[in-house]
Amino acid sequence: MSFLEIVFYVFSGVMILGAVGVIASRNPVHSALSLVLTFFATSGVWLLLEAEFLAITLVLVYVGAVMVLFLFVVMMLDINVTKMREGFMRFLPVGILIALLLLMQMVLVVGPENFGLDVIAEPARHAADYNNTKQLGKVLYTDYVYPFEIASVILLVAIVAAIALTMRRRPETKYQTPAKQIMVKKEDRLRIVKMDAEKK
Amino acid sequence: MIPLSSYLTLGAIMFAISVAGIFINRKNVIIILMCIELMLLAVNINFIAFSHFLGDTAGQVFVFFILTVAAAEAAIGLAILVVLFRNRRTINVAELDSMKG
Repeated sequence: MSFLEIVFYVFSGVMILGAVGVIASRNPVHSALSLVLTFFATSGVWLLLEAEFLAITLVLVYVGAVMVLFLFVVMMLDINVTKMREGFMRFLPVGILIALLLLMQMVLVVGPENFGLDVIAEPARHAADYNNTKQLGKVLYTDYVYPFEIASVILLVAIVAAIALTMRRRPETKYQTPAKQIMVKKEDRLRIVKMDAEKK
Repeated sequence: MIPLSSYLTLGAIMFAISVAGIFINRKNVIIILMCIELMLLAVNINFIAFSHFLGDTAGQVFVFFILTVAAAEAAIGLAILVVLFRNRRTINVAELDSMKG
């Protein structure tokens, strides 16, 4: 067993364990942390496939941003864990059955007889000065420049939609209106009362 | 030497696990969202494996776009979840039946 194979199987094992942890954890916080573990292992597998830029992006964007968002939401919401686990045991056999069926079908298609080493040989490794980011950038900014622009618009829409969904005016909160504050006149606030002087 | 079929089988296993996760955690919206992220990850593994074995960078460009869409989807999904919890005080899928005829 070569070193590459050992690395591949270790990372794959961690990935599968992490994925099982995501779906089987009692606590959603543990699920989110298992998902972080899965993303780290996946980025290791992607490094084996010489997709260095995407491996780093996965760690930075997913672990750094998306999973932090998940953890924020999980910790912000007050979730009744026991109630959420209702039906876990009831649906477990169905879930395992369907997963096994799905897996069997997919492995029949993508198994070694169709995509083994004798069918599609592993390409030669790139030299040490190969720059994956440069290659990706060359393709991304020429052939795929319009999809790239659309992706940026999608992100903008996501920002606007997320803020628009969650923003609300609380009626109980007191706000200051600076325009009204500086427009105020003496007559609005001060009332002069005429009265006789009090006798001693 | 790791054959392409190993990577594809890994992606298939991840996809099957996330489908099972949606089935057994059907009460909890957060776990379902995480399972969708896992599914997209499984698809991305396939894209990158084919990109490496066919020597074509286009597969990695597609993974880039899938990552973008997945991040947007997670942000909007979690925003909807927060609004839902604010209005109903629960995220249990079984109790979200106010539009039931």
